[in-house]
Amino acid sequence: MASERYSFSLTTFSPSGKLVQIEYALAAVEAGARSVGIKASNGVVIATEKVPKSILVDEHSVHRVEEVSKHIGMVYSGMGPDYRLLVKTARKKAQQYSLVYQEEIPTAQLVQRVASVMQEYTQSGGVRPFGVSLLICGWDNDRPYLFQCDPSGAYFAWKATAMGKNYNNGRTFLEKRYNEDLELDDAVHTAILTLKEGFEGQMTADNIEVGICDATGFRRLDPNSVKDYLANIP
Amino acid sequence: MSILSYNGGAIVAMKGENCVAIASDLRFGIQAQTLAMDFEKVFEMGPHLFLGLPGLATDTLTVRDRLKFRLNLYELRESRKIHPKTFAAVVSNMLYEKRFGPYFVEPVIAGLDPKTFEPYVCNMDLIGCINEPEDFVVAGSCTEQLYGMCEALWEPGLKPDDLFETCAQALVNAFDRDAMSGWGAIVHVIEKDKITSRRVKTRMD
Repeated sequence: MASERYSFSLTTFSPSGKLVQIEYALAAVEAGARSVGIKASNGVVIATEKVPKSILVDEHSVHRVEEVSKHIGMVYSGMGPDYRLLVKTARKKAQQYSLVYQEEIPTAQLVQRVASVMQEYTQSGGVRPFGVSLLICGWDNDRPYLFQCDPSGAYFAWKATAMGKNYNNGRTFLEKRYNEDLELDDAVHTAILTLKEGFEGQMTADNIEVGICDATGFRRLDPNSVKDYLANIP
Repeated sequence: MSILSYNGGAIVAMKGENCVAIASDLRFGIQAQTLAMDFEKVFEMGPHLFLGLPGLATDTLTVRDRLKFRLNLYELRESRKIHPKTFAAVVSNMLYEKRFGPYFVEPVIAGLDPKTFEPYVCNMDLIGCINEPEDFVVAGSCTEQLYGMCEALWEPGLKPDDLFETCAQALVNAFDRDAMSGWGAIVHVIEKDKITSRRVKTRMD
């Protein structure tokens, strides 16, 4: 690996105090497919659009919404390969925790550990930052959690947020529609509506992915369940 | 000669009604020679969490320190107090890491869950196998005597004062039948809002 040859970091400060590589990584995220997350009173929903490069693409073979542990799931905006590495890392860290403590990892702890890995890649020899922002949702302590992890390693807890293309529009849309008493079903509805804003073409159960997390755990919705929600969308 | 009885020692922990008690003898000796009568083997690891470490005295001290290390980092990282069951998992993990060159201690954990205040006791062998019964646990160089005393004296639902008596009598009468344990005893009773620690007057031989 390149990090064995280079002892110096490729992410260095500009005179204005910025880490330009991280800015570029965030640009990669902003160019990526949209993802949203909404915390409800009794759960969390995460969703993303799947933009296939051609009609020949087999949409159901590769997933963007992934399970990390029984009660934690994640989705991303940005570069798929970088995401897959982080999913692997997150899953391993969750299992390592379970091995030592004989209990499920708290969502905030998992987020801290993943974000720490992302930060390492901004300060290690011969590597570049991850070109993804993650949305990690989970349920523990009898309550829902939603976190965003950025390429810099910074993480934020959200009630509702959007990432990827035109994320500002998405966030503005959510600011109007979010309230603390949303139930999970309403949140899924709102998440799909948010994705629909600026969605090119017809939204079907095959070109979006939805995951929900509640007291019973995390699961990715199968296309039929997504179809039911879409039926209620004008 | 077993390494686990080189220094000797006796620990007992019992569940009561909304309380737990943990007690240890105070002897520190090297084989037949007694060197101190104030060597406590039970340590407070949290406001409602106690750890007893009978066995080789050097490992008693080292394991206590290394566990405190892990515990402190856990509580800082997670911004919360550890639950006794989780602490037991941490101890078990630490001991098994040394599976082929173990610490010569057989830990006893007693505490109340920081949220529900439910009583918890458990003990484990020197390589971390957890035993989590509903009544009492014993450890040290006179476990046979301790099991006999506990089985005879313990009953469910003991109130804190009764639990103290039961725990103290079980420990003292057991270690009086062991040359390597004794020389004084200390008993801690842990309740939701207070911890009472009492030293017991015993035969000093």
